[in-house]
Amino acid sequence: MAIETVATPETSFLLGRLTWAALPLHEPILVATFAVVAIGGLALVGALSYFRLWGYLWHEWFTSVDHKKIGIMYMVLGLVMLLRGFADAVMMRLQQAWAFNGSEGYLNAHHYDQVFTAHGVIMIFFVAMPFVTGMMNLVMPLQIGARDVAFPFLNNFSFWMTAGGAVIVMASLFVGEFAQTGWLAYPPLSGIDASPYVGVDYYIWGLQVAGVGTTLSGINLVVTIVKMRCPGMTMMRMPVFTWTALCANILIVAIFPVLTATLVLLALDRYIGTNFFTADNGGNPMMFVNLIWIWGHPEVYVLVLPAFGIFSEVTATYCRKPLFGYSSMVYATVCITVLSYIVWLHHFFTMGAGASVNSFFGIASMIISIPTGAKLFNWLFTMYHGRIRYELPMMWTVAFMLTFAIGGMTGVMLAVPPADFVLHNSLFLVAHFHNVIIGGVLFGLFAGIYYWWPKAFGFRLEPFWGKVSFWCWVAGFWVAFTPLYVLGLMGVTRRMRVFDDPDLQIWFLIAALGAALVAIGVAAFLVQIAVSIWKRDELRDTTGDPWDGRTLEWATSSPPPAYNFAFTPVVHGIDAWWDMKSRGYVRPLEGFRPIHMPKSTGSGVILAGLSTVCAMALIWYIWWLAALAFAGVVATAIWHTFNYDRDFDIPAAEVTAVEAARTRLLTRGA
Amino acid sequence: MSAPTHVPDGPAQFHVFEEEHHEAGGSTHLGFWIYLMSDCLIFAVLFATYGVLGSSLAGGPGPRDLFSLPLVALNTTLLLISSITYGFAMLAMYEGDQKGTLKWLAITGAFGAGFIAVELYEFAHMIHEGAGPQRSAFLSAFFALVGTHGLHVTFGIVWLTTLMVQVRRRGLIAANQRRISCLSLFWHFLDLVWIGVFTFVYLLGVLR
Repeated sequence: MAIETVATPETSFLLGRLTWAALPLHEPILVATFAVVAIGGLALVGALSYFRLWGYLWHEWFTSVDHKKIGIMYMVLGLVMLLRGFADAVMMRLQQAWAFNGSEGYLNAHHYDQVFTAHGVIMIFFVAMPFVTGMMNLVMPLQIGARDVAFPFLNNFSFWMTAGGAVIVMASLFVGEFAQTGWLAYPPLSGIDASPYVGVDYYIWGLQVAGVGTTLSGINLVVTIVKMRCPGMTMMRMPVFTWTALCANILIVAIFPVLTATLVLLALDRYIGTNFFTADNGGNPMMFVNLIWIWGHPEVYVLVLPAFGIFSEVTATYCRKPLFGYSSMVYATVCITVLSYIVWLHHFFTMGAGASVNSFFGIASMIISIPTGAKLFNWLFTMYHGRIRYELPMMWTVAFMLTFAIGGMTGVMLAVPPADFVLHNSLFLVAHFHNVIIGGVLFGLFAGIYYWWPKAFGFRLEPFWGKVSFWCWVAGFWVAFTPLYVLGLMGVTRRMRVFDDPDLQIWFLIAALGAALVAIGVAAFLVQIAVSIWKRDELRDTTGDPWDGRTLEWATSSPPPAYNFAFTPVVHGIDAWWDMKSRGYVRPLEGFRPIHMPKSTGSGVILAGLSTVCAMALIWYIWWLAALAFAGVVATAIWHTFNYDRDFDIPAAEVTAVEAARTRLLTRGA
Repeated sequence: MSAPTHVPDGPAQFHVFEEEHHEAGGSTHLGFWIYLMSDCLIFAVLFATYGVLGSSLAGGPGPRDLFSLPLVALNTTLLLISSITYGFAMLAMYEGDQKGTLKWLAITGAFGAGFIAVELYEFAHMIHEGAGPQRSAFLSAFFALVGTHGLHVTFGIVWLTTLMVQVRRRGLIAANQRRISCLSLFWHFLDLVWIGVFTFVYLLGVLR
């Protein structure tokens, strides 16, 4: 196995500890995966070169500072990584259904431990986060009537840092290994003694590079919402999705520095032998666990709050009613934001902090269910007496309400410390957090993708395959995770590779069946996208407002022009676009002026690329390259600040031409 | 842009027709403040870690054996003076006095470099005495907290130097004024953090 051959690698100046032994040629699964990825990658590169698309991609996408394009790139990243993370999930389900009656299954321990670690890391950091950030990037500036975000270059840079982190984590699949520690890499297991090879270093540097991007994007979006709202849009007139984006980004700014600092300390322990989290010389591993969860618990609210925002927009639109209890929705969001910061200890009641500490955190955790419950009732009351159109986003919303309510209740169970002592680290916990993250975040993202797809691309998604995907996902989810609740109550712990008790196998078989159903759902989702692109002319949205929407993003064309709005809108109430429509709004056809916009720049790609090289060099102990790449980062950053010429004006004639084209489209569509 | 304009009832106006040319980087100060607060959280983590691990000496030397208050007094004085001189740079900038701004920025940078030099001497001395960051959790936490602050000051000096070149090239244009005032926030922020370090690490360490 890999670990024995590489546990004590010799280090050379030129390549650090990178040797031929780092390539997992002895793992047939990885070799096959690599072959598929390599062939697919070569085909993609070949196709892009053949159709001469590199220039187009570089100029129109990679260097773009347009928030809409950056949002779409985040979503593409999230989708690609979803396939990787989901493949890991299927592998685990297969292994656990297989490894009974003395069978070792098909994954050795070294590989299996990487799979469950990578699954968690990828799904949270490189699927959910890019999807949520992408959605906020794409939609939020449109909702507040802005032309871009506050710091357009920073936005581009943030995206590329996230992508760089994803590249680092993906590289670990084929060069070296990934961490085998679980997704939060608790020491002392993640310390240098127990994990001497590159796995944990891949983990640390992948998350550090991505984390810089996330923090900066958080700052950027907070400032955008605070400073760039159009005239008339007071805080209490902001769409609920924008509110949730504000709270989520405030949380990002408040927690990601904690993750960064914590991982730096872990890296210091591993690289220079400090004693923060070691078991000797006065170190304290529980300090790491506390710090990582001070980041980790609010993180789940970073993900779920924007999903709540999506459900709010969807419910109001598809029920043709103003959202019930707008201000209570806002206050509930803010309450959750604050409370999410004071519940972290419920992840380790078993630490032994004592009855009073555990009680405080248990009660605080339970209290969070109150504002969340208020939100649920708001959505229900919005539906009540509404003219509900059961299109896909609404279907996802209803599925969410049913699924998430149960996930929330098992969460309250886990918030009771005595119950947690029994259920801690069991499959019950695994079922619970999948229940809320899939049922909350992922369902919300699917609702949002269908809802805003026409705004992003100018054509709707085809509903048939979407419905196939919906039913397979929802049914598959329940078939896959109900058995885990049962197993958890029977005392089965998480992250097990083989099992002794044959009675348990049936539950794992059912769970594997559920995973297969979800796999069909994932495939149907991809088919849906492909079919929609194929039939895009039939599905074309000429109006810019395909769902009879309520908020400002539907006031402009689909896809919106680079400048979003030819004239900055003025807002007079909640649901600004609905208000405009109901008061006989007429779209202006003349008098356009030049529009001031930021210029594209390649600095973000270069900086993130150099950071990724630096991280890879640190992982492999190639010190000269790390130093060189770091110097490159600093030099590029300084060089970038010498560029004062960052804006340009879109000439009035161009604005007039774009708007005239839209007028033709509108009259043709009418 | 964000100020809600009063719109009378009746036929409503749905657009701003006169494009306000909002100054570039109008949001920079807020953004930089928020960045500083996020940086503050990094220091919060390091302070908390020092708070938890600060008494875990693992049989090694403690604060009383290692800290030399006169040295720290010198260090603190250098940094506090650099904050004052940065204030003078800001005043010169407001008066449009490019030469004065550059002069005071240079003096600030020199005091910052002095601070770093004293800190490096202190670190080298401690490591030489066998009290390096590997010796105990207390020393790990000490070096992480004080070292991170030192790295920030170093970064501030690099930034300050870059900015001086830019002011010399383009003068006190709006973009440069904005950058100088952001660096001012950064510099004073580091001063504040140092007051925390000075009190919490050095003074309390020696008292304990």
